[in-house]
Amino acid sequence: MTPIRRTPRRTMLLLATGTVAALGVAACSGPADGGSASAGAEAEEFKFLVNTENTTIPDLLTSLSEGACSEQEAALPLSVETVPQTQLDQRLQLLAGQDALPAMYAAGNSPALTKELAENGQVLDFEQALADLGKEDAVLPAARSTIEALYGGFNVLPFQYNIEGIWYNETLFADNGIEPPATWDELVAAAQTLKDAGVVPFAASGEQGWPITRLISGYLFRDLGPDALQKVADGEAELTDPEYVAAAQAVADLGAAGFFSEGVGSIDYDTAFNQFTSGDAGMFYMGSWALSTFADPEANPIGADAVGFMPFPAVEGGAGDVDAYPSNVGLPMTFSAKAYGAGVDDWLGCLADSYGDASLTEANTISGFASTAQIEDPLAQQVQDTIAASDSSVLWFEALFGTQATTTSQTNAAQLLTGAISAEEFMSLVQADLDAE
Amino acid sequence: MKRIFEDRRTALLLLAPALLVYTLVMLVPVVWSLGYTLLDGNAVAGFQYTGFDNFARLADDPKVWQAFTFTLKYAVVITTGQVLLGYVLAVFYVFVLRRSGSVVRTLTFFPVVLPTVAVALLFQKMFEIAPQNGLVNSVLNALGMGSVDWFGSAGTAFFVLALMDIWRSMGFYAVLLYTGLLDIPEEVLESARMDGASGWRLVRQIVLPLSLPVLVSSLIFSINGTLKVFDSVLALTNGGPGLGTTPLTLYMFQTSFSFGDYGYGSTIALLLTLVCLVVTLAVFRSARRDVNA
Repeated sequence: MTPIRRTPRRTMLLLATGTVAALGVAACSGPADGGSASAGAEAEEFKFLVNTENTTIPDLLTSLSEGACSEQEAALPLSVETVPQTQLDQRLQLLAGQDALPAMYAAGNSPALTKELAENGQVLDFEQALADLGKEDAVLPAARSTIEALYGGFNVLPFQYNIEGIWYNETLFADNGIEPPATWDELVAAAQTLKDAGVVPFAASGEQGWPITRLISGYLFRDLGPDALQKVADGEAELTDPEYVAAAQAVADLGAAGFFSEGVGSIDYDTAFNQFTSGDAGMFYMGSWALSTFADPEANPIGADAVGFMPFPAVEGGAGDVDAYPSNVGLPMTFSAKAYGAGVDDWLGCLADSYGDASLTEANTISGFASTAQIEDPLAQQVQDTIAASDSSVLWFEALFGTQATTTSQTNAAQLLTGAISAEEFMSLVQADLDAE
Repeated sequence: MKRIFEDRRTALLLLAPALLVYTLVMLVPVVWSLGYTLLDGNAVAGFQYTGFDNFARLADDPKVWQAFTFTLKYAVVITTGQVLLGYVLAVFYVFVLRRSGSVVRTLTFFPVVLPTVAVALLFQKMFEIAPQNGLVNSVLNALGMGSVDWFGSAGTAFFVLALMDIWRSMGFYAVLLYTGLLDIPEEVLESARMDGASGWRLVRQIVLPLSLPVLVSSLIFSINGTLKVFDSVLALTNGGPGLGTTPLTLYMFQTSFSFGDYGYGSTIALLLTLVCLVVTLAVFRSARRDVNA
């Protein structure tokens, strides 16, 4: 066999270099405007990307598109796309990198990501946009100040305005002679009573993680005061300090005592909700967005009358105020600055006018939009009154953390309850990410 | 025909389309990614040159080393499992079932064609504890034992992952090795038998040495595949609990796309590439010595 002659090395090298260079040039020479495929002027749909777990907002928007916003719907039909909350951040980053964020989207799991998107021109400035539409008063001042404190500007819309606390099953409490606990020790005692009666004391989603880390921040705010986590963010304190570890230990102790159901790490958001609304669990830490589920007889078999709300209990000898509720705008929605244009602005105008009323009357959820509607549900009224009476608020555990520390915190939370990691280990893991940021 | 291939220009012309596609989809991203290791930032915020900061961070990052250790552990356990069981199956096909085992071969190959995500869902449900017990926990309960939270700790989660991946892929290695075993001349086996070799001795002294080349190929296939595992971990445990079952690939993916740190993600990718290269070279060199011996 005649051996195949080899191409001289130099020719091959030249060819390879030439090809790579040509491809490099081709890859670099994208359109100068970043190739925005979803610019508002060309848009044919009002695209909305939302986390799968949130069904309230898509349902309300669909309802509005058939009612108050039907004109906008005719001009630019609403199109909803969902993504699991745990994958939302990476989807947003990929889309933002291509300037392809949809007209409206869930703004990310951590305020840090929303701020980063805003700093890079991916988020609409609602102060300007609402002023242009002549609707500056559409958003309540309290909701707006919460947004500005968290997101560094008026960068998101308050489709929800929530306080968080512990919801409890009044029937189970009455049957077992339990009064709503006012202190942490009473909370532990109540949980023990429920456990002894064969009821799961706390429903919580370990798969989501945040319903568990909220217990840590709740304890911290009651024990060390409302600035406990701000100090961590400012570097004045570390999560590994003994008084911070004590909070994680208190929550780990709840897990060690068997107050959560078996396999808490595998329990997703809906399952945790079902545990509470089917009467299998006595208590449930959740935000006031849960009101819409509680008001729905199909989703809440125990009935809205059996659901009570209490603030996170005080820690004896602690510096925190029991009336300082964690408040937030939920996982907020925002508009893309790049996709904002004709048609999309009409949608914003319509939502500013109509969302507040629709939220209260149809979804029984309190939003940060101005509303003239009356609340009929007593539980929603109680929450509304609590919001009105509260003159201070606190954040949540990961509010001031970056994306990586947030992920570490939420993916390790269930292990804290199962005892797979200790309180010290948990706090060290999160602190290590904070140090790296 | 020979003359055509001897012409340099013709050879180049014929090679060009494949070379172009290869360069486009492989070499350009590789070089691009290599460039990112010197940068900090992401597609949203833009990039900044940071020199070798990412490499210094890599050396100090305990999470990378945790993921690295897990990757090696996974590669060793799964490679051993799938190649060993695959070999046992192949020997079983050739010497026990002989030509009549097509049904068994099809059945053991079946998991290979199933989508990873479907298999992962199947195993999630089988080992579930909440909201209700899955098949495995139900069986444990029936035997008087308590339920196990299989995905609640790294050790048990790894066990389920290993079980799933070995079950999923041993059929493939069985078929691969089966074809190797078929190449062993019947006369050699026959004469060994006449010399009194049978059972374990026949396998160890005749079958194993003669099937070594295909066994080594299987090992290289398997090690490379398992070092780069991604989909089955993502679908079954998503790396959890915590970082308990997170291999380098998943950590790289999260770093780049969830935490928006393309530079550091690329540095982790480079580490993974080097690991694959070193392991493949090591296996290749030791195998070459064995095969030639």
